[in-house]
Amino acid sequence: MTETTPTRGIDWASPETSSRLKARRRRQNRLKYAGMVSIGIAFLMLGILLVSIISSGYSAFVQTHVEIDVFFDPEAIDVDDLPRSNFNAVLAATMQAQFPEVEGTAELRRLTGILSDGARWTIRDLIVENPDLVGETVAVSVPVADTYDQLYKGFIDRETPEQFRRLDDAQIAYFDRLVEEGRVEATFNWALFFNADSRFPELAGLKGAIIGSFYALATCFVLSFPVGIGAAIYLEEFAPRNRFSDLIEVNINNLAAVPSVVFGLLALAVFLGWFGMPRSSPFVGGMTLALMTLPTIIIATRAALKAVPPSIREAALGVGASRHQVVFQHVLPLAMPGILTGTIIGLAQALGETAPLLLIGMNAFITSAPATPFDSSTALPTQIFIWADSPERGFVSRTSAAIMVLLGFLVMMNAVAIYLRNRFQRTW
Amino acid sequence: MNDMKLAEKAVRMSEAKISARDVNVFYGDTHAIKDVSVDIADRTVTAFIGPSGCGKSTFLRCLNRMNDTIDIARVEGEIRIDGQDIYDPSIDPVQLRAKVGMVFQKPNPFPKSIYDNVAYGPKIHGLARSKADLDEIVERALRRGALWEEAKDRLHQPGTGLSGGQQQRLCIARAVATEPEVLLMDEPCSALDPIATAQVEELIDDLRKNYSVVIVTHSMQQAARVSQKTAFFHLGNLVEFGETGQIFTNPKDRRTESYITGRIG
Ligand SMILES: Nc1ncnc2c1ncn2[C@@H]1O[C@H](COP(=O)(O)OP(=O)(O)OP(=O)(O)O)[C@@H](O)[C@H]1O
Ligand SMILES: [Mg+2]
Repeated sequence: MTETTPTRGIDWASPETSSRLKARRRRQNRLKYAGMVSIGIAFLMLGILLVSIISSGYSAFVQTHVEIDVFFDPEAIDVDDLPRSNFNAVLAATMQAQFPEVEGTAELRRLTGILSDGARWTIRDLIVENPDLVGETVAVSVPVADTYDQLYKGFIDRETPEQFRRLDDAQIAYFDRLVEEGRVEATFNWALFFNADSRFPELAGLKGAIIGSFYALATCFVLSFPVGIGAAIYLEEFAPRNRFSDLIEVNINNLAAVPSVVFGLLALAVFLGWFGMPRSSPFVGGMTLALMTLPTIIIATRAALKAVPPSIREAALGVGASRHQVVFQHVLPLAMPGILTGTIIGLAQALGETAPLLLIGMNAFITSAPATPFDSSTALPTQIFIWADSPERGFVSRTSAAIMVLLGFLVMMNAVAIYLRNRFQRTW
Repeated sequence: MNDMKLAEKAVRMSEAKISARDVNVFYGDTHAIKDVSVDIADRTVTAFIGPSGCGKSTFLRCLNRMNDTIDIARVEGEIRIDGQDIYDPSIDPVQLRAKVGMVFQKPNPFPKSIYDNVAYGPKIHGLARSKADLDEIVERALRRGALWEEAKDRLHQPGTGLSGGQQQRLCIARAVATEPEVLLMDEPCSALDPIATAQVEELIDDLRKNYSVVIVTHSMQQAARVSQKTAFFHLGNLVEFGETGQIFTNPKDRRTESYITGRIG
């Protein structure tokens, strides 16, 4: 009565079948190796980048210091009128005492040139701290000038003929004598973190840039986080779906792709031009960065809100929660880890952003850290930009060191983002 | 005007808790519910049966206006609970849902503690005057949900850490905690094993003393066991509605008969 469909006998051991199987396996292996090669290339690039930055930057984390016996000459130092005190004379006298055979002002000046230009501020600070030092002789450790720092670190080749060297034989001889006497020492370069910018590489530090970046990011966060979350909640949970909301959505997505330099120009025209806000200030920088971070936060927040399963919304609605209770008591808390992750990644992007800050003048040469977000300042990426543009040998390694510091901050922020994601990840 | 409403209410109150008249539901162009009229009595269990996609969930969700949350859904017709039109603009759907509780097909506890799951509804509706009062409400709801014995020592552990059947009973406890007058259940046992199912059925039978319960189920046996009234839906139409015993033993419509005997669906 019933027809049976005859089965087609398949011979799994036939040569065709086994060759087909082999071809399939080959294709799979090819894909696997191609993947491994691309990962390898990516890692190689990253490796080259890191090696080149670290190899040129590591030396900036160390600074050569020399210990000199300073006689705080009452003739030269007037405790009540420090600005007029002649600290240069004190240093010159100190060096003269160290090298009694040196004669002539010109030669003495060359000798004193071993010391950093900032040495006079070091000894002035000692007097400010303790005026009783006047008349005493004290051993003080001061940074050496950049060229000697390079010499001590081995970046100046002594074999080069004298006329092509940045230091002549006499200068090297002076320095070598200090080394022999055990007065020269390379120590960790705290100045890199605790000094602001300077014309002299051995004195230049990132304090101003770090504080500037901090103020800028804080401003950016305070502005973009609440506004971004508010906008995302409205668009995702309350806005009616129509042409207009579609238009807004498309525009927000496009905004995220606008080149940052455009935001810089906008800030230049609006914040500085129309509103006359303080140029070069981290506050304006933060506002500019907020413009860029806003779309990132909105997009991340919407994605996080969307990822909350509908069953939770239904559950809340089912017991009689109002729409806004559903959003604020159930959906938002569950979306928070995702929102925070997105925000941190947006802020990390903002931290590395250079172009808009250049346009609002955050690449000014400023030798003191900003006290408030409204003072002129640089930021980490613009500081890197400034140093990369400076000719002194010492700034080359400091540029790389600053890049390492910036990368360090970025890695830290991303690590926090990853931690949050893993810590609060939920499975439903 | 008020008097009129009261008078009308008195008439309608006489027999039905929920009365639906000519209800049509559209999802965009899909006509999901077609001219359904039904009266659901108080203190009874009413079962909705029918093949998949026939509109049982859709109709159930009309009764507490859950369909409001679906943008493309459109509801026409009249549904009255205690004589009050629930689609009247003066009705707050939030208030309505406190009065008409719902248990979903898939257990969906909040990712909060067991206690907070149950306490949430009473809290937002201001049903508890004090902490002790709230504790009492939670305990009573959990007892009703037949979960108290298992949960009393772990009230502050997450509700999502319970087994599937316990989670479903937690959802039932959560639904009854606001003291609703009607309880809607959409395939509450589809994710449960026979033992948990038996517990939930027992529970439904118990709830009948206080509530009007409407349950959607794919199990004929379950409908026969727990319900007093049964409604059979087919392709968006309410084909037959009557005493459960009569529907299962002596169906009037051929489609009902084919469905219960397993020929359609
Ligand atoms: N959100 C929606 N959007 C569009 N169409 C829907 C939606 N929900 C349900 N429908 C349609 O409405 C009809 C009825 O669906 P409903 O979920 O009420 O069926 P059901 O009887 O509950 O089925 P089941 O027993 O499988 O749960 C189906 O044709 C379905 O495709
Ligand atoms: Mg259904």
